[in-house]
Amino acid sequence: MSRSVTAASGQARGGTSWWARTRESRFALALLIPSVIVVFGIVVYPVIKTLITSFYAVDSPFPKAWPGVGFDNYTKALSSAHFWSAVERTAYFTFVSTALELVFGIGIALLLYAPLRMRWLFRTIVVLPWALPTIVNGAMWRYMFNANYGVVNAALTQLGLLHAYKAWLSSPFQALNIVVLADVWKNTSLVAFFLLAGLTTIPRDLYEAARIDGVSAFQAFLRITLPLLRPAIVVVLVLRTIEAFKVFDIIYVMTGGGPANGTQSVTFYTYQRAFSDELFGYGSALAYLIVLFIFGLAAVYIRALRSEGYAVT
Amino acid sequence: MGDDQERRYTRRRFLGSAAASSAAFYLAACGGSSNSGGGSSGGTVTLNNLFQQQAGYSAEDIAGMTKEFEKAHPNIKVNNTLVAYEALHDKIVAAAPAGTYDVVLGDCIWPAEFGSKGIVVDMSSKVNELPASQIFPGAIQMAQYQGKYYGMPWILDTKYLYANKKMLLQAGKTTADLKTLTGMVSTLEALKNHGVVKYPFMGSWQQAEAVVCDYATLLGAFGGKFLDEEGKPAFNKGGGVQALEFMKMLLDKKLANPSSTTAIEEDVLKAFAAEQIAVNWNWTFQLAGATDPTKSKVAKADVAILHTPLGTASTAPGVNGGQPVMITTGSKHPDEAWTYIKFITSQPVQNNYVADSLPIWASSYQDPEVIKTAGSQLVSVAKTQLPDMILRPQVTDYNSASQELQVQIQRALLGKASPQSALNTAAGAFESSA
Repeated sequence: MSRSVTAASGQARGGTSWWARTRESRFALALLIPSVIVVFGIVVYPVIKTLITSFYAVDSPFPKAWPGVGFDNYTKALSSAHFWSAVERTAYFTFVSTALELVFGIGIALLLYAPLRMRWLFRTIVVLPWALPTIVNGAMWRYMFNANYGVVNAALTQLGLLHAYKAWLSSPFQALNIVVLADVWKNTSLVAFFLLAGLTTIPRDLYEAARIDGVSAFQAFLRITLPLLRPAIVVVLVLRTIEAFKVFDIIYVMTGGGPANGTQSVTFYTYQRAFSDELFGYGSALAYLIVLFIFGLAAVYIRALRSEGYAVT
Repeated sequence: MGDDQERRYTRRRFLGSAAASSAAFYLAACGGSSNSGGGSSGGTVTLNNLFQQQAGYSAEDIAGMTKEFEKAHPNIKVNNTLVAYEALHDKIVAAAPAGTYDVVLGDCIWPAEFGSKGIVVDMSSKVNELPASQIFPGAIQMAQYQGKYYGMPWILDTKYLYANKKMLLQAGKTTADLKTLTGMVSTLEALKNHGVVKYPFMGSWQQAEAVVCDYATLLGAFGGKFLDEEGKPAFNKGGGVQALEFMKMLLDKKLANPSSTTAIEEDVLKAFAAEQIAVNWNWTFQLAGATDPTKSKVAKADVAILHTPLGTASTAPGVNGGQPVMITTGSKHPDEAWTYIKFITSQPVQNNYVADSLPIWASSYQDPEVIKTAGSQLVSVAKTQLPDMILRPQVTDYNSASQELQVQIQRALLGKASPQSALNTAAGAFESSA
């Protein structure tokens, strides 16, 4: 049946002229060209240009010369203590923020899934932090933790939990953890909604059967919810880890990378080298190294997704 | 068949229309460009400029000057974009290849970098037409690199010492006690010991250029230099080390607010206005902010603006915080840009906007109207502070070297390195720049 239809359509096509056949293709091409130009202009061209630039010592937006340096920019980056310190801080930020977002996300997802009155209202409230622009979120947390007029100091001293105002962002490690907190506050809702979608796919019958068998709520969570939620957890981990590794804007607004480079992430380090120092060649090499790190992370997660039975090609 | 013809016709029409529209857009764009570029043909020219919204002239001042300019030059339309100082440098660099801006506000530390890298144009022939001898010498320096002008001096500023007279009196002190750094420390101790305020001083010591400016003020007071005669780093010796030790001592003795290491100038102004501190260094804009009753708890009569204190050196130069206006290399309208620059830097215009920034013209400081508007207190201290200013190094990679200096100063202030070793590390960055 299928073969005869194909043969018939082939005959039909054979009956039309070459001009008529190619007219369809040309029309399709004409429609595609604008988007091809846009994609090439804003994605492909910069990607290729950045790769080329990474092999040159370009230190101006108007370079008088393009001295080729081979892989020197890459070796310089990989042997730079500043670079590896930034990678370490980024790894810490990525691990801690993603882990906290996952833990809180599961809790919130379970609450939002519970048959509560006004559930729609809770769901709306929970999504608000994620809807907030990162720049606004960063500025808000910066003001909240301001040592002299921040609400955190005011609240804690009035509750008697702190005897004097504290300069929260003045210690490098503490400042990094506060940036983590700000990121967790913003992105936990995204994780929660992903997991909520996962929860809705778990058949309720399983819980009823477990309840009849005398399984406690905690055991049901461990034996039913978590295993069946694993695919959703893996997907959200992939997304959040890669996003967290690219953290930039919240740091730019909250701390500017300080104090003493204590919150300088690898993307912020790259930005400073490329735009503040105008080391465009070196900055391009750093950008490609970040891409390689993210490829590495993605490869790990793709393996994990495959093990979950997802068809990843 | 008829259907097919109609479809064909529709496609043709569609493609034809698309082509016609594209051509129309292209021509419109070209037309706009040629119109905006044709200052001589009588069309309207649009200038896109980049300024800062922080110290120096306020957003209202810049809008006011621009409005006057547009009134005087109806064929030139001006679009001003204002960003925070911290974003200014990178925005100029990122926008340079696209030629987004015609006029940009620079800083006195950027002519070397922007000039040598072709981001801004050499304006020497234009600036030399002006009576440079009537401009404060410190103002002239801000736009120069290797004898060429890469901008026209505009914002003339330095960090003055501010004090709350009422709080000083409560501690049994007066502004006369703040003439030297030794006197300043004993005043801060008195303020603390009398319980007037927990942390009497605050610095803008965040990891930003602000910390270098405060450090530069002390460097001058202790007789130090950024670079020696050969252009090699000298701030890791003598006065340079003493300056950083002084900053650390203020934190260690809890005379300086511990949040100093996370503060920029606006945070310091807010702390002063809220009477959380009694003494600080800041740019001219603090005077307007601290005496504004809608923003400040401090009574106008209690705000003192003073010459920076003397250290071990015979003079106490302030940091040169001058900011020139520059024309970008990518500007399509350099002549109109210069017309705008000449207007906003002219003496009559600058004399009209003295609340946040004083004019570059020396004779303005004798003008009764300027003295009346700016206040005799500010003008009299400016007369002695502005002719004696310390310029940060004019090196092409200043930004990169300064970032290392900022980090190392913070490491010393946070107790993660000794002042000497921190400055030695920072000197390495300037060594390669120099």
